[in-house]
Amino acid sequence: MKMLINGAERVVADALRGMAEAHPGLAVDVDNRVITRSDAPVADKVALVSGGGSGHEPLHGGFVGPGMLDAACPGEVFTSPVPDQILRAATSVHGGRGVLFVVKNYTGDVLNFDMAAELAEDEGIEVAKVLVQDDVAVTDSLYTAGRRGTGGTLFVEKLAGAAAEEGAPLDRVAGLARRVADSSRSFGVALGAPSTPAKGGPTFDLPAGELEFGIGIHGEPGRERRAMTGAAEIADVSVAAVLDDLKPTGPLLVLVNGMGGTPLLELYGFHAEVRRALRERGAEVARTLVGNYVTSLDMAGCSVTVCQVDEELLRLWDAPVSTPALRWGR
Amino acid sequence: MAQVDAAFLRRWLGRVSEAVGREAGRLTELDSAIGDADHGHNLRRGFDAVAAGLENEPPATPGAVLAFAGRTLISTVGGAAGPLYGTLLRRAGKALGEEREVPDERLGEALRTGVDAVGQLGGAKAGDKTMLDALLPAVAALPDYAAAAQAAREGAEATVALRARKGRASYLGERSEGHMDPGAASSALLFAALAEVAAGE
Repeated sequence: MKMLINGAERVVADALRGMAEAHPGLAVDVDNRVITRSDAPVADKVALVSGGGSGHEPLHGGFVGPGMLDAACPGEVFTSPVPDQILRAATSVHGGRGVLFVVKNYTGDVLNFDMAAELAEDEGIEVAKVLVQDDVAVTDSLYTAGRRGTGGTLFVEKLAGAAAEEGAPLDRVAGLARRVADSSRSFGVALGAPSTPAKGGPTFDLPAGELEFGIGIHGEPGRERRAMTGAAEIADVSVAAVLDDLKPTGPLLVLVNGMGGTPLLELYGFHAEVRRALRERGAEVARTLVGNYVTSLDMAGCSVTVCQVDEELLRLWDAPVSTPALRWGR
Repeated sequence: MAQVDAAFLRRWLGRVSEAVGREAGRLTELDSAIGDADHGHNLRRGFDAVAAGLENEPPATPGAVLAFAGRTLISTVGGAAGPLYGTLLRRAGKALGEEREVPDERLGEALRTGVDAVGQLGGAKAGDKTMLDALLPAVAALPDYAAAAQAAREGAEATVALRARKGRASYLGERSEGHMDPGAASSALLFAALAEVAAGE
């Protein structure tokens, strides 16, 4: 498996050096692996800190900037960051109004962010946490680690980031973030496995002619395999999965997300089928995002995320944002 | 052997570092079947840092050796394995106090305390197909180091038939059956190394 890298051990550090030089709006601490807004700490603003394994770019580093995250902590590929890293991020962006940790529900992420929260509180920083667990493919939460955090993370980070930018206090930003997390649902499909630098090849074998339904974003196989089918049927299954679970009564934000190895040409075609399937089920779409936002290295595949919004959330969605990966309104 | 000192535990952790380095590929391969294909490489990074740190500034007491190793794993491994193995050793180190030598029985009790803390932190129980399926029988067999190593190895083997209920493998449901849990496999390496070092005394 050929990769455009200098060596598996250097992948994350090299990417951070490249991000630093590409985006003057970011301050990148390559040694300690912390990405912050270059104007951090912003006084009298709640700070948002997120992070997780690398390999999901642009999540989370590409969402650092005014109107979204104050800091991101990239771990090793598909491995959560360590508490020291998260603590460093929190102390460097804390503007005196507390810090919100946005955590995807994976055992490692939860443990490391919990440990970091204790350390930050020891240093006198008020910390609130929101757990994102939007993946409806995990049906049996009693006998699993619970639903995974996937595409809904983007909605939480954007909407809570906008609320923080408007000056909302920590309890309100955290409450809003939890409301967004509760209102978001995702479902993903893989056409092939991603290849991790450490393994040097695909993390699982997927025979030609088969699809993985209900995948996560770490190269873990999905819930079941089915015979390969077209975009229309994949859209039907995905839309049914998220709508049957959310049972929306209001307008939706829709994210049609590529996993990193599917061309935008295919994603737009898939999006057309998603919109048809949503229409057939009477769902109202308020805003749409199509592209590679929460990826899994070079995995071929896609996910559909919906988030039910009211007027307040829609206003926060439209509020200005200025990050490497999301940018509008200013 | 009846007493354990700091040098003994440094030799143990050095041996673990060698074993994890040797077996990193196998652990990652196990992890790629039901996880995310990084367990061996993450643990190797952590135990390399532990071994290097213990060589540079060797702590003087058994408790300090384990506490240092625990803190280092928490700071370098990431994922679930870092906090879990780190907590195991940190709590065990704390339980050993500041004495320069402790009896085997005390080390056994301390490691049991550490394993209990792993259960509390991760929320898993015996039979959930996690590292606990190797750790629990191992610490129950202490202070007999050879019996502990055997219990850990058998515990790890027994995870092959289990369905995962915790951690990333749990998302696979019944598809997690038929594979050894990578965390249980690395736990077996820890206790194999402990028995080897004890046998060499």
